[in-house]
Amino acid sequence: MLVIKDLHVSVDGKKILKGLSLTINAGEVHAIMGPNGAGKSTLSNVIAGRDGYTVTSGSLTYKGEDLLAMKPEERAWNGVFLAFQYPVEIPGVNNTYLLKAGVNAKRKHQGLEELDAFDFMSVVKEKAKLVELEQSFLSRSVNEGFSGGEKKRNEIFQMAVLEPDLALLDETDSGLDIDALRIVAGGVNKLRSADRAIVMITHYQRLLDYIEPDFVHVLADGEIQKTGDKTLAHKLEEKGYDWVKENL
Amino acid sequence: MATNEEIQEQFGEREYEAGFVTDIESDTLPPGLNEDVIRHISSIKQEPEWMLEWRLEAYRHWLTMSEPTWAAVDYTPTDYQSISYYSAPKPEADGPESLDEVDPKLLETYEKLGIPLREQEFLAGVTNVAVDAVFDSVSVATTFKSKLTEAGVIFCPISEAIREYPELVKQYLGSVVPQQDNFFAALNCAVFTDGSFVYVPKGVRCPMELSTYFRINALNTGQFERTLIIADEGAHVSYLEGCTAPMRDENQLHAAVVELVVLADAEVKYATVQNWYPGDENGVGGIYNFVTKRADCRGDRAKVSWTQVETGSAVTWKYPSCILQGDDSVGKFFSVAVTTNCQQADTGTKMIHIGKNTKSTIISKGISAGRAQQSYRGLVRMGKNAENARNYTQCDSLLLGDQCGAHTFPYVEVKNPTATLEHEATTSKIGDDQLFYCQQRGLSEEDAVNMIVNGFCKDVFDELPMEFAVEANRLMEISLEGSVG
Repeated sequence: MLVIKDLHVSVDGKKILKGLSLTINAGEVHAIMGPNGAGKSTLSNVIAGRDGYTVTSGSLTYKGEDLLAMKPEERAWNGVFLAFQYPVEIPGVNNTYLLKAGVNAKRKHQGLEELDAFDFMSVVKEKAKLVELEQSFLSRSVNEGFSGGEKKRNEIFQMAVLEPDLALLDETDSGLDIDALRIVAGGVNKLRSADRAIVMITHYQRLLDYIEPDFVHVLADGEIQKTGDKTLAHKLEEKGYDWVKENL
Repeated sequence: MATNEEIQEQFGEREYEAGFVTDIESDTLPPGLNEDVIRHISSIKQEPEWMLEWRLEAYRHWLTMSEPTWAAVDYTPTDYQSISYYSAPKPEADGPESLDEVDPKLLETYEKLGIPLREQEFLAGVTNVAVDAVFDSVSVATTFKSKLTEAGVIFCPISEAIREYPELVKQYLGSVVPQQDNFFAALNCAVFTDGSFVYVPKGVRCPMELSTYFRINALNTGQFERTLIIADEGAHVSYLEGCTAPMRDENQLHAAVVELVVLADAEVKYATVQNWYPGDENGVGGIYNFVTKRADCRGDRAKVSWTQVETGSAVTWKYPSCILQGDDSVGKFFSVAVTTNCQQADTGTKMIHIGKNTKSTIISKGISAGRAQQSYRGLVRMGKNAENARNYTQCDSLLLGDQCGAHTFPYVEVKNPTATLEHEATTSKIGDDQLFYCQQRGLSEEDAVNMIVNGFCKDVFDELPMEFAVEANRLMEISLEGSVG
């Protein structure tokens, strides 16, 4: 689904990713772990198309197409979804209204008829249950006045509604207490499917107890240093990231 | 994502949809202003002697006044001798009795503007609004007169009211905005040509929304409309005005006066969607919108609200105000002002608390782009008898690009120690992170800007009558069209 080859990325002239390669197939769940400043968020932002990241060399091929040639919204229409580490507040914009606009833009791109308010609401109500979101939540302004946990639940709720092919979860577990983590992870697990790939970016092994990955990658110094199964995460938790560096 | 340059550039391409000229024969007075011109206007309108005297009094006072310069706007002053003070589509008459008598070209003009003057649209359930249409200096059509008459509501051109209801006009005209109030108001008193008159009798709830559409068509004409709305005790009325003008390279003057008289237990809601031609991207042409609007809550528990969506005009000078005389009276001001290209706006409100337990709310949302400059200027005055008066003010500014400006001038005068005032103000830019968030969810950059701006304005749009909230949304979208690259 996504093939990353020898990716080099700079931010403000500073080299962050230095030759990262990674292949992600449909149905797989990948965890990307690594120390602060390793380039984890840079990777998810580059895939989603955020401004300010300069790809100096390498390629990103998504469903056989050059991802870098697409605008952020085009990537979204083609099934790329990013659950933000810090979901932004948009005062006065209704949560459901934004989501409906997003869903219908995608449907339009796919040549499908736009959903009317009635049909859309029934989809939304169903999906809200996945992450145990209250109805009242849906009509509030986007992320405004949400607690940290509510924001993260809202991200997974949006993922459920938008039904992406490739979902990037950027530190979705950070700032969550244990109950919220269980709810969020439960939602993600229900969204696992054979034609969907999920990439989780996290600092902690804890999340992986709830969402079991097929692959664990260690990202440090702008490159994937090590790849393994979930036992790698346990080793990391035990020995720290220095252990990876020492074993290079 | 858009750079500042792209935003600037794209805003330059904003198009003004209402910029066409209607090719219609007009009776227009030659440019210039003197007592004879005023006598002429008064005689065309078949006004009684007292009205002429009132105008002349205002004119003589105006001659002693000078144009105010305290507003934070910069423009070429108007040469008052070079504009015409009266223009009317031919044939000039007392006003058509029914729409069948209205020149089809005029109906077409209003249709192009999306304003339904044909009553059958009402019957088809398209709209529930009575409309008075003012074209240059005269009112061309007022719809639903008979239905309103049944309810006892008077809704007619003010020129007609002066002839038909002289007692009401005499009693209230100039009672809120006196002839000598300010330079532009005095000029308006002298030369006003038409506008709307509304009287809602005691205890009557006006059965439909009332609306006036103002259109400046003729070249080198000023439009000086005068609106007078009286809500008698316990009456209720909601009113909307809309404004457009053709694109012209010359600046045109619009100096209106609106007076609202609100008696005990009455309520008036006044909404404006102002979309006068703003001039081109280099600041050539456009309307000077120098307007005095004031409401007087004369009785206890009277309520008034001003809601304005201002997207047009080259220069705006406008402070819809509330005088809260009656005890427990309430004044509200909700404003969205958009300035792009070289537009300048100095706008805000005055809340004058005189009675006990009076309350006022001010919500002002300013959006600036291009090289536009916008100021909020507001006064909250708590008089010495205004026991327990309360005011809440919120001023938010949103900037697009880095060459525009937003300024806030809040004035506060408190003479009663029991009064409470709150003031909140914010200035923000549309964040790249907000735009990216929306795009990641599938919105184009332009749709994202529209959604964020509309969200910013939500508190004010919520105050508009349903029919016009949609219109306001659309107007904002047109104004911001191509705002990002």
